[in-house]
Amino acid sequence: MPHTRFRLNGVATEVDADPDTMLLDVLRGRLGLTGAHFGCGAGECGACHVIVGDHAVSACDTPLWSVADKEVTTPEGLGSADKPHPLQRAFIAEQALQCGYCVPGILMSAAALLRQNPHPSETEVRAALDRNLCRCGSHNRMVRAVLRAAQEMAAP
Amino acid sequence: MSTSPTLPVSLAANPRLSSWIRFAADGEVTVSPGKVEIGQGIVTALAQIAADELDIDIVRVRMVRASTAASPNEGVTSGSLSIQQSGRALRHACAEIRRIFLAAAADRFGVETRALEISDGTIYGPGNISTSYWELADEVSLDRDATPGATPKPVARRALAGHSAARLDIPDKVFAQPRFIHDTALPGLLHGRVMRPEMSRAKLAGLDETAARAVAGLIAIVRDGSFSGVVCDTERAAEAALRGLRKGATWSQGEALPDENDLAAFLKAQPIESTVIDKRTSDRPAQAARTVRRQYTRPYIAHASIAPSCAMAQWDGDRVHVWTHSQGVYLLRADLALVLELPVEHITVEHLEGAGCYGHNPADDVALDAVLLAKAAAGRPVRVQWSRADEMTHAPFGAAMAIEIEAGLDARNEIMSWHHAIWSNGHAARPGRAAKPALLAGFELGNAFPRVISGNPPQANGGGGDRNSVPLYDFPSWTVESHRLLTMPIRTSALRTLGAQGNVFAIESFLDEIAAEHGEDPVAFRLRHLTDERAKDVIRTAARGANWKPAQKPGTGYGIGFARYKNTGAYCAAVAEIEGEEDIRVKRLTLAVDVGEVINPDGVINQIEGGAIQATSWVLKERVRFDATRITSNSWTEYPILRFSEVPAVQVDIVQRPEIEPVGAGEAAHGPVTAAIANAVFDCLGVRVRDLPITRDRLIAAMNSSS
Repeated sequence: MPHTRFRLNGVATEVDADPDTMLLDVLRGRLGLTGAHFGCGAGECGACHVIVGDHAVSACDTPLWSVADKEVTTPEGLGSADKPHPLQRAFIAEQALQCGYCVPGILMSAAALLRQNPHPSETEVRAALDRNLCRCGSHNRMVRAVLRAAQEMAAP
Repeated sequence: MSTSPTLPVSLAANPRLSSWIRFAADGEVTVSPGKVEIGQGIVTALAQIAADELDIDIVRVRMVRASTAASPNEGVTSGSLSIQQSGRALRHACAEIRRIFLAAAADRFGVETRALEISDGTIYGPGNISTSYWELADEVSLDRDATPGATPKPVARRALAGHSAARLDIPDKVFAQPRFIHDTALPGLLHGRVMRPEMSRAKLAGLDETAARAVAGLIAIVRDGSFSGVVCDTERAAEAALRGLRKGATWSQGEALPDENDLAAFLKAQPIESTVIDKRTSDRPAQAARTVRRQYTRPYIAHASIAPSCAMAQWDGDRVHVWTHSQGVYLLRADLALVLELPVEHITVEHLEGAGCYGHNPADDVALDAVLLAKAAAGRPVRVQWSRADEMTHAPFGAAMAIEIEAGLDARNEIMSWHHAIWSNGHAARPGRAAKPALLAGFELGNAFPRVISGNPPQANGGGGDRNSVPLYDFPSWTVESHRLLTMPIRTSALRTLGAQGNVFAIESFLDEIAAEHGEDPVAFRLRHLTDERAKDVIRTAARGANWKPAQKPGTGYGIGFARYKNTGAYCAAVAEIEGEEDIRVKRLTLAVDVGEVINPDGVINQIEGGAIQATSWVLKERVRFDATRITSNSWTEYPILRFSEVPAVQVDIVQRPEIEPVGAGEAAHGPVTAAIANAVFDCLGVRVRDLPITRDRLIAAMNSSS
C-alpha cells in the first residue's frame, strides 16, 4: 500500500491505505478519531467537516490522496476541556446545541471562517455555516456562540 | 372528601427506591432514571430535581444511562412527558430517601429529626455532630419500596429547580469526546450493513453472493427471506460487500404507492375505522345562516435525524446484549424477544445517546438488524449503521393528514357549530406495545411477521391523529371525528406532536379565515372565544412581544397561532413575521409558553426555540416525495430542510407558573408556529395556502384558485 503523509492536528502523520479511501474512513476507522461524524456520505450535511489548509471540507467525500502534504485539523485538534478553543467555550456558554451530533462539523466550519475573517457579521456567520445542517433548531444559538468567540478572540 | 396519597405513576410502577438512587462511600450520588437523553436536556433537568430534593450539590450526581439490566422501566421517552413522569417520580423518591436518612441520623444522635439540617449531603445536628448520606449508606438500606405521602420541598425552598443549570452532556459533545453510540468502540467490533429494496416492499427473489464474497474482510453473509446483510471487519469493507450484494440481488415487484400530488383523495378513499373523538351539544340549538367548509392537508414528514440510525449487538450463547439509541429500552427488548423467540431475561438492552430522533425513527429497526447480523459473528460485537438513503426511505414517517372543518355561522358570522374530521394513517407503531413485533426486519424474515398498521393512542393519553383536534374555544357545539386508515402503503409512526401539528394548523387557519370575514383582529377574536386565563396570557404575551400588530407594509405579513399541547400540556402562542413575494421567508417568530413550574428555564427556551425552527422547516420545505413505486426523497438534496441563512430570529417568553405541576416543552411550539406562518402568508399576500408545505408552487396554485 502506498503511504500518504500529512499533518494531522499539528502532528506529522503517515497512513498506509488505499489513497482513494475517503478521509472520514481513515480518521474514524484506522485512526480512531471519532470527532468528525458520518451524516450522509455525500458531502450534503457538514457533520464530517474538517479543516484542510484553511478551508472546511467534507471528510466523507475527500479522498485521502488529496490531503497529502497538507495540514488537516479535526474536531479533536480544535481544543480540549483543559485547553478549550474560544469557540468551544462559547458553545458551552451559549448552551448552543440540543443533541449535538452536528456540532463538531459546525465548529470546524466556524473555525475556518474565523481564520479567514476574524470579525464576521451575523450574515457572514450564517453564510459560512450554510453547508452544515442542524435538525434540532439550535441555529441561532450557534450563530451567537460564533460571534461571541470572534469577539473574545479579538479582545486584547 | 379526602383522597389518600398516591405515588407518581413511574414510582408506582418501579417502587424500589434503590433502583432510582444509590450513594457511594466517596460521596458520589447515582441517579438512575428510566428516561433517556435524546438531545432535549432531560438528564440535566432530572439531576437538578434529585439534587434539590436531596440537598446535594449537582456535581455529586452521576446520571446512569437506561438499561434493562437495572433501570426503572419508564416505558418510552416521548410525548413531552419525562418531566411529568420521571421528574415527579424522582422528586418523591428523593423526598422519601431524605426522610429515611434524617430518621437514621436522628436515631444515631438521639435527637429529633427537626433538629437536623442537610447541606450538600452532610447531615448536621446540634453542636458539632454530623454524618452524611454516604456515611450512613451502609446501614440504611434503600432496597425497600416507596410509600405514598412523602412530602417534596415547597417550590420556594428548591435551590436548583427554576435555574438554568448548564447541560451535563454538552462539554463532551463540544470537545469531541466519544459519547454517541456512533462513536463508541467495543473490543473486537465488526461492522454490518443490511440490504433493503429501492422499490417499496419488494421481496428478495434471488441473491448471487459472488461479488460480495470477493470482498476482502468479509466475515459473513446473512440471508433470511427478504432480509439480507453482510458482516465485515471494517466499515469500508462492509460498504463494499453491500455493493456486491446489491449487484447479485433480484427483487420482486413492489407494492404501489399513492399519488403524492393528491394525498387528500388517497386518504379519503381508503378503508377506515371511524371514531367520534368528542361531541358538545348546544342547549340552545339554532339554525345556521350559512356554513363554511375548508380542507387542510399536511404531507408525510421525515424525522430525518442528522445521524443515520446505529446499533450494536453481541451474542453470548443464547443471550444477547444490545446497545441502542431507542427511546424505550424495555419496549425494544419486548419486540426483540418476540422476533427471537427468547425470554426477555436473555436480552439486555442498554441505551447510548444518538442524535435527535424527533419521534419513532429507525433506532429500534437497526437494533434488530444488528442482533440478526451478530448471530453470524461468533460472539463478536457487530455495529450496524443505516445509510442516509435508508434513513430517508425505510424509516417510519409522520403520517399525512387531510382535515376538513365545517362551521355553521349565524347571521352575524358567529360560530354556532363546528365539525372537524381527520383522515390519516395512525400516528403510532412503536415497538413493545402489541403481541406482534413492530420492527422492520421482522416484516422481511422468511417467517415474516405481518406489517403493523399504525394505531392511535387514546385521547386520555393525548390521542394520535386526533391530538389537539378538540377545540379549546367556547363554540356552543362541536363534533370531532377521526378516520384512521386500515391500509398503510407508506409506513407511519410517531413524529413530534403526532397529529397536533396538522390539527392546530387547520383549526387556527380556519379561525383566522372567520376572523378575517368578521373584519376582526385575529388576536382579539381568539381572546373573545377563550375562557382559560392561561391560554389568554400566552396569547397576550406573544402579541405584546411582537408589538402586535405593526402597520401593514407591502411584502410583509403577521400571523398568530395558539394551542395547548394535547389540550392538557404546555400552552404556547406564536406570532410569525414573514416576507413574501414568490418565496416565503420567515423573518421572526415571537413565542410565549406556559409549562407550569419551570425546572430549567434555558432548557425550556431551547426546546421551544428548536421546535419553532423545526416547524418552520416543516412548513416551508418538507414533504416526503414518492412515485408509484418508491420513496424518491432519499437524500438531503431531495428532502431539503431549513438552512442557517433561512432560519428566523426566535424570541421566547416564559409565562411563570411556579405553583403548577410542570409539563414538557418539546412539542408545544410546532402547531402554533405552523398556523402562525400560514396566517402570516394570508396577511401578506391575501391567499390561503391550505396544503403544506407552503412552497412557491403551492403559493402559485393558491393564487390561481383564489383569482
